[in-house]
Amino acid sequence: MNLQIDDKGAAVLLAVQEERLDAHNSGELKNQMLKLFEEGKNNLVVDLQAVRFVDSSGLGALVSGFKNASSRNGNLKLSGLQLQVKSMFELTRLHRVFEIYTDSGEALASFQQ
Amino acid sequence: MTTDRIAVDIKVPNQTRYLCLIGHIGENIARTLRNFSGDREKLAYDLNLVLTEAMANAIEHASEGDTAKEVHIEISIIDQRLIIKVFDCGQGFDVKQYIEPSHPLDEHGRGVYLIHTIMDDISYQPTDNGHVLKLTKNL
Repeated sequence: MNLQIDDKGAAVLLAVQEERLDAHNSGELKNQMLKLFEEGKNNLVVDLQAVRFVDSSGLGALVSGFKNASSRNGNLKLSGLQLQVKSMFELTRLHRVFEIYTDSGEALASFQQ
Repeated sequence: MTTDRIAVDIKVPNQTRYLCLIGHIGENIARTLRNFSGDREKLAYDLNLVLTEAMANAIEHASEGDTAKEVHIEISIIDQRLIIKVFDCGQGFDVKQYIEPSHPLDEHGRGVYLIHTIMDDISYQPTDNGHVLKLTKNL
């Protein structure tokens, strides 16, 4: 999976550089997040600006990351959701679980408040 | 009025790398239909999603990695009715168990629910060597 990881201090930014987040590549995202948690990096922003398709397995990987971050007193926030990707979060009621920001800058700034 | 009559028969190895291919076929069908007055881009996403979820499900129930096995998918459109059949070689599962939305914090179990929200009818029946998931949508 093409994933750009940037430690921004208050949080780590994971920019998913894939058109699809599905059962083929979501396991890799999950593993990368676990690696960051093991390093004590518990505040994450996952930027989905490049992603135009998410399936249930992609949503599951993000939920897994959210739960792991929360259990370590951190948070996982999302940014850059395309319209149809956002609809997926609404359909599964996950928009009530995640803090969702328009862009990664806003999401990162929210960790500095 | 010219009606759409489409029949597509696909067999691919039961590996997740082919999900994208199958999903794109669904998208392209939505964009090609002659007689569809709804939101075409939404239909394209929905068919991509339904095919991706149904195929991922078949792979999960037919032990991924066994390269001798393949997933067989039939897509047909007759009289404004879209029918997708996904054949697997697995032991099967209780499709009704997953029709309700899962708890938001569950990591699994959303796939069949998503299919159910998009399609008008869903059934899962045994075949000679596995099962067939049949999905119907009135266009």
